[in-house]
Amino acid sequence: MDVFLDTFLNWQIVQDAWPILWQGLQATLLLSALVVPLGILGGVIIAVLSTVRSPWVKWPLRAWVDTFRALPPLVLLIFIFAGLPFIGLDVGAWGAVAIGFFLNTGAYYGEILRAGIESIPRGQIEAARSTGLTRGQTMVNVVLPQAVRNVLPDLISNTLEVVKLTSIASVVALPELLFQARQAQSVTYNATPIMVAAVVYFILLWPLVRVLSRLENRQLAGRR
Amino acid sequence: MTGWERFTDSFFNARVMAQYLPKIIEGFGLTVVLALCIIAAGLAAGLALALLRAFGIRPLNWLIIFVVDLFRALPPLVIIVLLFFGLPNAGVELSGFVASWLALTLVLMAFSEEIFWAGITSVAKGQWEAARSTGLGFLQTLGYVVLPQALRITIPPLTNRTIAITKGTALASVVAVPDILGAANAGVSFSFNPSPLTLGAIAYLVLFFPVVVLGRWIESRFAWKR
Repeated sequence: MDVFLDTFLNWQIVQDAWPILWQGLQATLLLSALVVPLGILGGVIIAVLSTVRSPWVKWPLRAWVDTFRALPPLVLLIFIFAGLPFIGLDVGAWGAVAIGFFLNTGAYYGEILRAGIESIPRGQIEAARSTGLTRGQTMVNVVLPQAVRNVLPDLISNTLEVVKLTSIASVVALPELLFQARQAQSVTYNATPIMVAAVVYFILLWPLVRVLSRLENRQLAGRR
Repeated sequence: MTGWERFTDSFFNARVMAQYLPKIIEGFGLTVVLALCIIAAGLAAGLALALLRAFGIRPLNWLIIFVVDLFRALPPLVIIVLLFFGLPNAGVELSGFVASWLALTLVLMAFSEEIFWAGITSVAKGQWEAARSTGLGFLQTLGYVVLPQALRITIPPLTNRTIAITKGTALASVVAVPDILGAANAGVSFSFNPSPLTLGAIAYLVLFFPVVVLGRWIESRFAWKR
């Protein structure tokens, strides 16, 4: 027990490592504030394009979405970060993360929003158009607000996954929480910084998990 | 060299690709084995926890809920790093493969427990009571009446979640497992050419593209008709 406490919850090391971890936490929050809106933007673009019924749009779009859903995000990130510089495109860690997340999480948000849009009866769209609203106005004022409400649990769930996924940025040396914890561990030869990082992630995300668990239970239980 | 030549020489260099293809194929096998081990153990553990929760023992259920929440909130990479780089400081050494397997199994266990449990609670209380009143025991009711209905509605969310978590096997490359990504990374640093990464990306697409399409099909096939 003493060995465990000494290695994983060493108070002295918590105090020493906290400034480094705090910087990491700030970067993680900043990163999340960057990639969540980027992913949603990508998702909205995909979802709106998916309402176009021409096969010239539909099939390439589906191939695009499935490709980025099939490719593990870390593979995509490393490809952008370590591969593109060979042809002179060095976008840096932040740039690589931004592009990778736009492509990957955009595909996921896109699928969710598409399901939401499809849940709106066609009659509503026809009714909105017949009152004189344009195609764009119908989308923004009638379809999207209801679509978002219908798939809210999935949107929250995906957002939770995106925030968790920011930890892979540590692989390309972006100094977020996990990266900083690894740095602190290698200086102190003690696992406490990683443990603290885990606790910080848990405190940060637990409320979201609780809300989600309730929403999902209600959703599935409501299908009796 | 023109831009196009430079592009193909970097990303589709036949010589480099031929050289590292065997390594990538080995990595492919390892990724598949790792993924199957995670799916088997994770789903079994998740179902076991959900069944345990059905007994309704209060303190035990709180513990289950906490464990599930814990592994839903923690990023998989953090768990892998903690197991692989953290435990050795306490004298416990896990191989990269075991650390990745254990971490992703725990994550899949948490997510699948949640889905199995939602499936079990979706079966109306009246069915429990009716089954019990005909003389079936608690376990018989669970096994013959509740689970068959519960499992059916859990199939679409479970498939999608399993696919998403299985893709996390690429994280194992961070702890030096020579899976597809690990082999590709090693290839890039030896050859100083990113073609192995292209091969790796293609390998992942070969592996997961059919799975994603299958998941899409299952979702529409098992969709709950209201």
